[in-house]
Amino acid sequence: MSSSIALLLVQDGIINGAIYALLAVALVLVFAVTRVIFIPQGEFVTFGALTLTALEAGRFPASVWLLLCLGVTAFVLDLARGRTKRALIPIARRFAWDIAAPLALLVLALVLAPMKLGLAFNIAMTLALVVPMGPLIYRIAFEALAEASVLTLLITAVGVHLAMTGLGLAFFGPEGFRAGSFTSLSFALGPLFVTGQSLLVLAVAAILMLALSIFFGRSLIGKALIASAVSRRGARLVGIPEALSGKVAFLMAALIGTLSGLLIAPMVTIAYDTGFLIGLKGFVAAILAGLASYPFSVLAAIFVGILESFAAFYSSEFKDVVVFMVIIPFLLWRSLSGTHVEEEE
Amino acid sequence: MTTPILTAEDVSVAYGKVEAVRGVSLAIPQGQIVTLIGANGAGKTSLLNALMGLLPSAGRVSFRDEAMASVVAEERVARGLSLVSERRDLFATMTVEDNLELGGFRTAASARAAAMEDVFARFPRLRERRRQVAGTLSGGERQMLAMGRALVGRPRLLMLDEPSLGLAPRIVRDIFHIIKALMQTGVSILLVEQNARAAMQIADYAYVMELGEITVHGPAAELARDPKIIESYLGLGHHR
Ligand SMILES: Nc1ncnc2c1ncn2[C@@H]1O[C@H](COP(=O)(O)OP(=O)(O)OP(=O)(O)O)[C@@H](O)[C@H]1O
Ligand SMILES: [Mg+2]
Repeated sequence: MSSSIALLLVQDGIINGAIYALLAVALVLVFAVTRVIFIPQGEFVTFGALTLTALEAGRFPASVWLLLCLGVTAFVLDLARGRTKRALIPIARRFAWDIAAPLALLVLALVLAPMKLGLAFNIAMTLALVVPMGPLIYRIAFEALAEASVLTLLITAVGVHLAMTGLGLAFFGPEGFRAGSFTSLSFALGPLFVTGQSLLVLAVAAILMLALSIFFGRSLIGKALIASAVSRRGARLVGIPEALSGKVAFLMAALIGTLSGLLIAPMVTIAYDTGFLIGLKGFVAAILAGLASYPFSVLAAIFVGILESFAAFYSSEFKDVVVFMVIIPFLLWRSLSGTHVEEEE
Repeated sequence: MTTPILTAEDVSVAYGKVEAVRGVSLAIPQGQIVTLIGANGAGKTSLLNALMGLLPSAGRVSFRDEAMASVVAEERVARGLSLVSERRDLFATMTVEDNLELGGFRTAASARAAAMEDVFARFPRLRERRRQVAGTLSGGERQMLAMGRALVGRPRLLMLDEPSLGLAPRIVRDIFHIIKALMQTGVSILLVEQNARAAMQIADYAYVMELGEITVHGPAAELARDPKIIESYLGLGHHR
């Protein structure tokens, strides 16, 4: 292998690695706050990308139906479980957020999608449609399980993943789509061919990481999220509602996932199940970091990206196998060295 | 006697078949210190957790004239009820300052800074250690931080579960001074203590708990003269 090919592979790996890093950080975040190993993380990538490509083609984005389904389910469940106070105003407020807002988006999408309003609108609409699914999923599947074991939560997460891919297939169909590049910028840098899109990926990933560290280091809500992760009882004793931390964590995971989907939509063809595989690579990185450290997750993700691109160069059929196999020696080492992720109490 | 800030009627807590608290009733008058004493395993911690809403319990609890049955622990905090738990439950990986700031999670941002200053004035040691991570604090400092964190939330009723646990006598004295001083600011206090002698000295009223039930209660000064109480709880054999 010549050094210029190696350089090319590294470049490729870093760009994919940046996406995996974002997803890994989201997984660590959700796990730290809620102890949920969030298998459906990749679905947000899928829905983000497929919503964008639909809007770009002037088609009605099927994610609206999914949002509406989730909204109605969450509304009914909260009412049935008595989590929404049975009084007019609380019910009306929940109805406005869970059902009326998705309906408004539905009308908006019906009217505006055929007009092809351009990239900025498409991105805003995608975020508005996909990101709210995060907190909705938390309310439907996980809020009632606050006391459950990590295993129960994991099984639930797998269930949510299966449901979401199934719904993805039903609503978006089996075809794959690819979006146009956000920018046509590109230039040569020595032996490397650099595209504007790849720079965008790196820039957005870097900005998101920075924003996250400011959020956790400075804002009270960010600190409250860490606090819930460190001591659930302590968090309750200072009045941090468990559900609030959960909803915020899922909201951030959804935002990160959707942005990742938007970023890679022009770089890979995305079908209803593509996001899962991308999410799994982020998952590998998060596991390598022990589901605990943000900086290590980022490093591990870059490593996974580079490993994948070299593996793909030697044998494209085996690239996923190679990536998923790095977990095994690592898990072996962790179980032998006895540093498990402990459950509280 | 002033109107109670908190009343519990017929409160019971069970862990499976084990009944840790059985039909306890008590009242905490506004602005007073009430102490709850009892041997290890009497059910004191279980009772506090039930009052805080951290444990499912039978019976009725009302706080500031509001029934607490459907109010979860986090909302009780917002209404002014606060518990400094036996295990302290600090945010071990976060700094002293962040722990204190989070103590004011349910109060207005404008009030929080002043409340933190207040806590630093009461516990100068915490100011020195403000950037230190809570997990590395000494036992005494940890207790101060747990109390400080609760105080930043400006509680109306502060429940303290064995604040002197594992502390040197001099620090215990400091902590009791601080508790007494707190009462003078209008906070009501429910103090659970093994250190019965010290607790009876600062309390207005005392409850004695045995095997999950309240067996004796009365003004602290009267109980302190009761020969049976002296023998079981205030005798020499009970210093730790
Ligand atoms: N989670 C639990 N599961 C089962 N039993 C429990 C649990 N917590 C407490 N108990 C039991 O309930 C009883 C009361 O315990 P509790 O901690 O309330 O006592 P305490 O008066 O606070 O004791 P101490 O002075 O030692 O702190 C004890 O017999 C204890 O073993
Ligand atoms: Mg106890």
